[in-house]
Amino acid sequence: MIEVRNVSKVYGARRVVEDVSFTLPPGGVVSLIGPNGAGKSTLLSVMGRLLPADGGQVLLDGRDVAATDSAALARRLSILRQENHFVSRLTVRDLVAFGRYPYSGGRLTAEDRDRVAEALAFLDLTALADRYLDQLSGGQRQRAAVAMVLCQNTDYILLDEPLNNLDMRHAVAMMRLIRRAADDLGRTVVVVIHDINFASAYSDRILVMKDGRLQHDGPPAEIMRPDLLEAVFEIPVQVRQIEGQAVGIYYR
Amino acid sequence: MRFSPVRFFPIRSRLALPAALMAVVLLSALSMAVGTGDIPWRLLLTDPGAGDLLLITRWPRTAALLLAGMSMALCGLIMQQLTQNRFVEPGTAGTVSSAGLGLLVMGIFWPAAPVAVKMLAATGFALAGTALFLLIVSRLPLRSSLLVPLVGIMLGAVVGAATVFLAVRFEMLQSLVGWMAGDFSAVLRGRYEVLWLSGGLMLLAYAVADRFAVAGMGRDVAVTLGLNYRATLALGLAIVAAVNGMVTVVIGTLPFLGLIVPNLVSLMRGDSVRGNIPWVCVLGGGIVLACDIVGRVVRAPYEVPVGTVLGVFGALLFLGVLLTDRAHARP
Repeated sequence: MIEVRNVSKVYGARRVVEDVSFTLPPGGVVSLIGPNGAGKSTLLSVMGRLLPADGGQVLLDGRDVAATDSAALARRLSILRQENHFVSRLTVRDLVAFGRYPYSGGRLTAEDRDRVAEALAFLDLTALADRYLDQLSGGQRQRAAVAMVLCQNTDYILLDEPLNNLDMRHAVAMMRLIRRAADDLGRTVVVVIHDINFASAYSDRILVMKDGRLQHDGPPAEIMRPDLLEAVFEIPVQVRQIEGQAVGIYYR
Repeated sequence: MRFSPVRFFPIRSRLALPAALMAVVLLSALSMAVGTGDIPWRLLLTDPGAGDLLLITRWPRTAALLLAGMSMALCGLIMQQLTQNRFVEPGTAGTVSSAGLGLLVMGIFWPAAPVAVKMLAATGFALAGTALFLLIVSRLPLRSSLLVPLVGIMLGAVVGAATVFLAVRFEMLQSLVGWMAGDFSAVLRGRYEVLWLSGGLMLLAYAVADRFAVAGMGRDVAVTLGLNYRATLALGLAIVAAVNGMVTVVIGTLPFLGLIVPNLVSLMRGDSVRGNIPWVCVLGGGIVLACDIVGRVVRAPYEVPVGTVLGVFGALLFLGVLLTDRAHARP
């Protein structure tokens, strides 16, 4: 279980995250939505111990992530940041294999290789496994980065905008994969996402942030309401029920 | 379709590394055979005095060339991983000029100090200079890949200016130029042995190669994967500073080596750090040996310092690397 307790983060004079608290029980897909600059990515980074909190703490099963041994934590919690600009000239397989570093320290065992192959297959990357990253499209690189995180085999996976750079087909494939990781493998996945309809269609719970604060927290049915979305995003939003799914319409 | 250099240098063959190693052994033999004064090869086995020339000057020089070339090339690889930047090497990070300042300070205050003490001083200065570079780079708001080495070159120039000022003040400019020239002609038995320490450092770097590889993915990924990022940075920094301390004291500067060799190897094989270290060492040692032989032959009986030859070849090679694969080296 992850407990976020009164977390705040300050950049200079700006309070980017302000007194955010919530609890994530194991299992399920949780989407973090909100306008640009709401503090979603910063909050995710604090949860993943990439940034220190200026106030409050994040606990993983009762232990502060900022104070826990980082190597041990790497087998329980993984985070993928939004920008993954790799300077190293790696093949897709090399990159994904880095996900096994917490287990094997770089010298892959037979089990590691199996895991790498599984992750590659899971993300439809087997045919590209021996290509260099700089020969891939942005979407393929994004999938390779997610495969690396998956390979890390952690209970908790934090993904910052995993749909970045993906076309419709691959965005749907990515969300299905995230759903499967939660349902079949029992992982807990937190995704920062911009498309409210993906959040509505695939998550068990949606957290809405604005101006650094957690404003709403509930299942999609509770969050996908025109008045709520309009107040958060400051544009007119209509919500329709299509095939049992709440769809927000806001394009014009 | 993009030009793929891998296809043109099929260096993944199992025999490629042994073949390269053989080439370096042959170069070493050549390096020991070349020079003013003939070695009485026929008497080597019978006359106990006949091997003196080999043991006192030729072998030390060849060993020093190999050790310095290998370890400086490896320093380039380590620094490129730690800064995630292909253009960073000791010469573009203020490391070399800081080591030079350390050497000058020793020359001013304790000229008779033993080599080991001078080396320690140079290492300390190199450590401070490189740490300052990393500190500045970590605070850069825009980490453009060209800005990072530019900052390093500027830092190096500032330290270099301070060094020259001090040297002029204490009338040691001539000595300074001599020390920094990258010259192996003064290497004799008893005056180069500290360089063997770099062999140990290379083994250490090989042992922790995977950590450098993870660090090369950037801080965020490294922390996610559970790497102690700060400790890895500190270890890499210490290795680089120590190697530079030794090489600066014994030889001087070896320009371009840390820049071209790792980039060349990366171009041929991709970036598996552990797998690339043997290649970087073999190529680094081989290139320095070859440049030294050229420098000794080209206007014998005089010598062109290896640093000068390396500067010419290195610039050409680096230009070649840049042009061969633009995408690879793009800013």
